[in-house]
Amino acid sequence: MGKPNDLVQGTLDLLILKTLRPEAMHGWAIAKRIQQISGEVLQVQQGSLYPALHRLEQQGWIRGKWQESETGRQAKFYALTAAGRKQLEAETANWNRLSAAINLIVSEA
Amino acid sequence: MRWWDRCTMTFRALFGRSAAGARLDDELGFHLDKQIAENIAAGMNVEAARYAAVRSFGNPALLREQTRASWSWGWLESLLHDVRYSVRTLWRAPGFSVMAIVVMALGIGANVALFTVVRGVLLKPLAFREPGQLFTLYEADSHHKGHNGNLPVAFGSFTAWQSATRSTVEMAAVSPWQDYNVSAEGGKLPEKVDVAWCSWNFFSELGVTPALGRDFTEAEDGPGAAATVVLTNSFWMRRYSGDPGIIGKSIWLDAKPYTVIGVLPPSFVFSSAFGGNTLQIWLPVKHEAPPSLLTTFEHHEFLVIARLSHGVTLPMLVDQLAALQKQIQISHAKPAVHDGATGHSMLDDSVENYKTPLYALLAATGCVLLIACMNVASLLVARTAARGKELAIRSALGGGMLRLMRERLMESLLLSADGGALGLMLAWGALQWLARARGDMNRVEAIHIDGVVAAFTLGVIAFSALFSGLVAAFSSGGKRLLATLQESSRVHSGGTARAGLRRFLLVLQVGLTVVLLVGAGLLLKSFQRLRSSDVGVPVDNVLTMHVSLPEARYKEPVQQVAFLEQLIERVRAVPGVQAAGLASVAPGEGWNGDHAMTVVEHPPLRSNEVPDLLVRGAEPGYFAAIQLPLLRGRIFTRDERLERAHVVVISQSAARVLFPNEDPIGKHLRTTTEDTVFEVVGVVGDTLWNVNAPMMPTLYWPLYGNGYSVATIVVRATHDVESLALPVQKVVSQLDPDLPVSDVMTLREAIGKTTVDSEFDSLLVLAFAVIALLLAAAGLYGVLAYLVTQRTNEIGIRIALGAQRESVLRLMLADGLQPALIGLVVGLVASAVVVREIRSMLYDTEPLDPGVFAAVAAMLLAVAALACIVPAWRASRLNPMQALRME
Repeated sequence: MGKPNDLVQGTLDLLILKTLRPEAMHGWAIAKRIQQISGEVLQVQQGSLYPALHRLEQQGWIRGKWQESETGRQAKFYALTAAGRKQLEAETANWNRLSAAINLIVSEA
Repeated sequence: MRWWDRCTMTFRALFGRSAAGARLDDELGFHLDKQIAENIAAGMNVEAARYAAVRSFGNPALLREQTRASWSWGWLESLLHDVRYSVRTLWRAPGFSVMAIVVMALGIGANVALFTVVRGVLLKPLAFREPGQLFTLYEADSHHKGHNGNLPVAFGSFTAWQSATRSTVEMAAVSPWQDYNVSAEGGKLPEKVDVAWCSWNFFSELGVTPALGRDFTEAEDGPGAAATVVLTNSFWMRRYSGDPGIIGKSIWLDAKPYTVIGVLPPSFVFSSAFGGNTLQIWLPVKHEAPPSLLTTFEHHEFLVIARLSHGVTLPMLVDQLAALQKQIQISHAKPAVHDGATGHSMLDDSVENYKTPLYALLAATGCVLLIACMNVASLLVARTAARGKELAIRSALGGGMLRLMRERLMESLLLSADGGALGLMLAWGALQWLARARGDMNRVEAIHIDGVVAAFTLGVIAFSALFSGLVAAFSSGGKRLLATLQESSRVHSGGTARAGLRRFLLVLQVGLTVVLLVGAGLLLKSFQRLRSSDVGVPVDNVLTMHVSLPEARYKEPVQQVAFLEQLIERVRAVPGVQAAGLASVAPGEGWNGDHAMTVVEHPPLRSNEVPDLLVRGAEPGYFAAIQLPLLRGRIFTRDERLERAHVVVISQSAARVLFPNEDPIGKHLRTTTEDTVFEVVGVVGDTLWNVNAPMMPTLYWPLYGNGYSVATIVVRATHDVESLALPVQKVVSQLDPDLPVSDVMTLREAIGKTTVDSEFDSLLVLAFAVIALLLAAAGLYGVLAYLVTQRTNEIGIRIALGAQRESVLRLMLADGLQPALIGLVVGLVASAVVVREIRSMLYDTEPLDPGVFAAVAAMLLAVAALACIVPAWRASRLNPMQALRME
């Protein structure tokens, strides 16, 4: 199973931004969604998730807001900002370029 | 809007730190609970679910730390931590901290105060429109230097200059040394005020708009015009309590009515090398000056203020005017016509006299600050050394070199900042005092603590903090970690090596102190010389006061003479008056007019050079009253007055200049301007016109009849001459209640006024030097005391092995005195170079005065010995058993 430090540096940011694209969600849900979509391959540890979330918030790409969660308890929901959307596009393009390049090398052998 | 988001985030992170921390805990708690709930759903029991969740969560404290670190104020947090730590360490050593802060406060305060003065007086532009284009012009003469070579301008020359440069330069003439009597009116006392004549365009040229009313029109600046006057703001506030109804009213000057047309704004102050900041009233020149004065090239009564158009430079203008003046001199070949022109920026003209003293004082305070920094650095080094083990352990445990250095810097920054705050208060107090003590200084009104001064203060604080902090940090020697840890007091190398830096600092400190002491010594000696300089007459128990007769009431010379004669007779009758006399001015009280004179009996001694004599009017009784000795011939008699007043008494030096090796009695002198001939009847002793200035040959002619409407009453008594001031004033008001009496003071006070500069400079530099000496002594004491503590063991062993106590004393004294001696030599050499810069501030004192240098050396050695004797004595009294047991 992939550990977070196996993730390419900066990939976690991309995953978070991508996950938040359709709707705002709290930290727990973000971790769960990444886990689900990646078919349980990627498991985001809290130890990297929350520093990353706060860093993204500092940079203005996502904005946190305290709201009632599905269980009725207050939780901090993160939503993508306009700047975050732009950043997501940039990072997606970057990722595509990078992964294509790595694929070329890996499939060569 | 991203930057806005970031700003608000940052601010929230900064100011809502604890709230944000709590929210973070909530957020993480929510995550944990979710995990627990999921575990329970997967079939675990509650307890096991919680354990599993916490296990997978990892270290919550670390997670919190990491998340907090992503808030952008991590550096601030660690900075606050440093501050807290430094405050605590400083708090634990209150003695050290208070001493360091006071030292810093003195250094910083003195610098801030002096910088404020220098900026206000020398650097700030004048408060006029485009002050950089304003220049003050003078005549110059190749044979005759006057006030720094600047000779006032004759109105004829001014008119010629003005018309020749009309297209590129706007010029106005100012005569700032007039005085008028303001008559008693509406219950106010009569008074004599300083008045300036000016061209009508003077105010518009400077860009000054009256606060009330208007300034002069061209038509008002003429002999036939109605009399108009513009008041300064302070005069208007003082005498008319700021009444706006004054515009259009009449005031009486010299018993003639003048219509007030304007009041100047409070910010308007005129100052020049010839004074001006005491002016109260402005009058249009062509209305006031006698017609002969307006056309002559020989009477020099004016300054010329010029506004240059852009593209014209001062050298260009001065060249043009000098050439023009040369032409004038050729076509009017009289000795009193000058042959050149010169000029300075208006600012330089006003503050030239203060430049050297102020910069010298600023240099002195700079020295004090350096010494203060070195002292604090030295104190910090001592503390670092004392904490050597602690620091070594901390670096062994992984404390970063930079982090430890940052702490040193933080400590010195805290000390400097506290010192700076205290210093700023000291500076403020000093400036308040200065404004009161030196109201006579040009531009003293421009001295304020403002933004630039605040920035300067911050700069000085930063400099002091860096200087003392870095010195301390670099001396902490982090590299010798193991050595420090192993070092016990049996190994002495570390301690003494570290004291090396402090010794070096001490040498510098002592050197700077010596420079300051030498400067102070020279200024003090010069001041002493000045105080004791002989003006030529006994100055004790002499009272002087001025009266001036308005021409409107005393039109004819006969009336003036009659009044003055009656006045002095009555003054002589006042009980307690031993002798009294009248003169135009008393010795030591100023220039008061000069004339170029030729000897009728023989041609000029040297071609082109006509002796310039100071001229005083005197009444026959004056010489006896002031006790000026008659050396040859006689004093003029009572009936040599009015049309028979063509006799003169000359001073001894005038006799030497005019009649070398011949008898002056019976010879004749001719004034070069009016062509009047005077017979020399007597020779009297020399007097000084200003105790700061070299003696001038002087001529006395009868006060009765040479056009004097002003007089100085000189009263001599056997004792308590001050008590005669009121009775004499009463005599004047009995004769004419409208006549103001001004400048009532003893001759000693009058002379003291001219030495105030010298007194001020010498006392201030002395104060700085004393501070420096105290600091240096404290430094010497500190270093030696530290060395003794470091070497307690060694000394104990020496004594145990039989060393004589005297030899221990000698050893320690030599140790302490060595840096003082080196510093003394360095300082004396540096002084010899530096004192040349203050030559212009010295009176009758050579810069390399051996007495001052010797006295400074002796004093410094004495103070150094005193500072060293206590720790050295303590070392020699050590009980060897105790010393050895201390380990």
